[in-house]
Amino acid sequence: MLDKVLFYFFAAIAVGSAVLMVTRRNVVHGAIFLITALLATAGIFLQLRAEFLFIVQIILYVGGIMVLFVFVIMLVNLDVALQQIQFARQKWVALLVALALAGQVGLMFWSSGKMPGQGLPVLTASAVSSLPPNSETVAHSLFESYLLPFEIASVLLLVAMIGAVVMAKKRT
Amino acid sequence: MMNALVQATIEFLKLYWAPLLCGVAVVAILPLAVGYIVLVERKLMADMQARLGPMRVGPHGLLQPIADALKLLIKEDIIPDNADKMVFWLAPVLSVGAGLLALAGLAIGPAFQIAQDINIGILFVVGISAMGIFGIVLGGWASNSHYSLMGALRSSAQLVSYETAAGMALVSALLFTGTLNIKSIVEAQSKNGEGIWFVMLAPVAFFTYLVASIAETNRAPFDLPEAESELVAGYMTEFSGFRWSLYFLAEYTNMIVVASVATTLFLGGWLRPFASVHGLPGFHLLNFLDFVPTLLMVAIAAYCVVRTPKQPTRVQQLFMLAVAGLCFVVGLVLVAPVVLPLIKPSLRDAVAPFYAGIHGGFWFIFKVSLYIYFFMWLRFTIPRYRFDQLMRLGWHFLIPLSIINVLLVGVALIVGEFFHLHGWGLLLVTTPAAVIALVAALMILAVEKQRDAGHDPNAASDFYAG
Repeated sequence: MLDKVLFYFFAAIAVGSAVLMVTRRNVVHGAIFLITALLATAGIFLQLRAEFLFIVQIILYVGGIMVLFVFVIMLVNLDVALQQIQFARQKWVALLVALALAGQVGLMFWSSGKMPGQGLPVLTASAVSSLPPNSETVAHSLFESYLLPFEIASVLLLVAMIGAVVMAKKRT
Repeated sequence: MMNALVQATIEFLKLYWAPLLCGVAVVAILPLAVGYIVLVERKLMADMQARLGPMRVGPHGLLQPIADALKLLIKEDIIPDNADKMVFWLAPVLSVGAGLLALAGLAIGPAFQIAQDINIGILFVVGISAMGIFGIVLGGWASNSHYSLMGALRSSAQLVSYETAAGMALVSALLFTGTLNIKSIVEAQSKNGEGIWFVMLAPVAFFTYLVASIAETNRAPFDLPEAESELVAGYMTEFSGFRWSLYFLAEYTNMIVVASVATTLFLGGWLRPFASVHGLPGFHLLNFLDFVPTLLMVAIAAYCVVRTPKQPTRVQQLFMLAVAGLCFVVGLVLVAPVVLPLIKPSLRDAVAPFYAGIHGGFWFIFKVSLYIYFFMWLRFTIPRYRFDQLMRLGWHFLIPLSIINVLLVGVALIVGEFFHLHGWGLLLVTTPAAVIALVAALMILAVEKQRDAGHDPNAASDFYAG
């Protein structure tokens, strides 16, 4: 029961603030609602007993990426951006994509009802005391089972970082 | 629907009434503690500058924090005309909320921890307390003032720069335990006969964390976000009254949090010095350390009694005696679990948890206070850095040093495993690693100096002002 209440609480906050984030005209307000949405998602992770994912979401997205977002928002000239007419020509394309996504999700729900045991997996929450140690499990799968993909991903990030530095340095 | 909510609430309260109560207690006590930390800071500053400091309210200004708090509560609350009201309201709350939430993960003793035994322990504390930066940045932006914005930008740039160094320092200490759980980290430093505080094993990491934590809490000499000679009061310029005091509370809460993290990881948490040999044969001479807390308390009480006749009024004399009595009672509470088993050996087992809890709490708070005292000490002795100097120290010195240190500690651990070293034996491999890290630090400094030789060090730099 508690689990359900917590889930709907966080889910409602996440969806609500995501909607507000898109509709706010003020960029900083948008950033605040994005932070709220990310935090609510972290809350859902915690409700699913994924502690490590919860804190990584907070450290990386909220504490790292969003700080940089807000930092950049404050450095660019907001007033000019607000006064310019926002010409979004992708309205109809966006509607199409959104409908397609909604269709996919609907199809998944529909088919999961049709095929017993094959659709959406329904897990029952296990007791906290019987859970495997979370961060250790993540570490084992990252550094044992999936070491190569993990390293490739980190090299990719490194390349992106060096590329960004090179591009930023070119001007002077 | 309503029924379900009520049921869920009852379920929640049944499970979590104890942490909830502890949380309320912490939130209630913390502002008072912060007030007295500020008083100590002012007294210390006065002492170093050959003044007396606050003397008017209570004996030796002991009631000054309460007077200050009252003043802040009834001060007029001003919101600038063009401020963003919602964000202006939200920002200080965010700042203080993150700091208080981070306290929940800390263990003040083996038993006293609000969020008991969470697997991600130290990451929780570090991650949540880093969120406090939003309070500063958004507050600076919402004030619609240039000084505030500048302070906020400096603050976020500073935090992002120094977080890497602090994180790397934490990693080097965590390598010794292989766990993030706060309880296990402290217990790893007290393993019977072979536990050792990680500050001995990773001194370079401790130094890196020390510097980075000062920068992260915006303390002098890195208090650029609120440099009064350049930015009035930085991000707090437009805040007044209660909102301002929330920022103040957040700053000191963050200090307590970083001090607690350093204590837990490097200084043995709630352990007394030489705790790993406690109760082992041959080391009973070291047991006098069990009486140190009591002696300290009694000494404070005696000093208060001696000073009582010097107080000018009757009320102040009574107050002084009350403080002395309080210290004496605390001393008695501290000595009871040590003396009782000596008188009646059958009580040993019954008293053990009390000993662990009470003395654990004392040593933890003692170490945290020392760490904060060191912060104050630095504040009054070292002049403020310039912003480009601060950035250079972070990016060119601390981050390379901390990365090199992680590598060296890792190599030392592998070598130690090869020779089957553990506990105190690990010093054989970690000390050379620390020495190599020191040499690396000196080399980094030499390279920096060589680079400086080319141009004027006082020339305005690109990233000045943030």
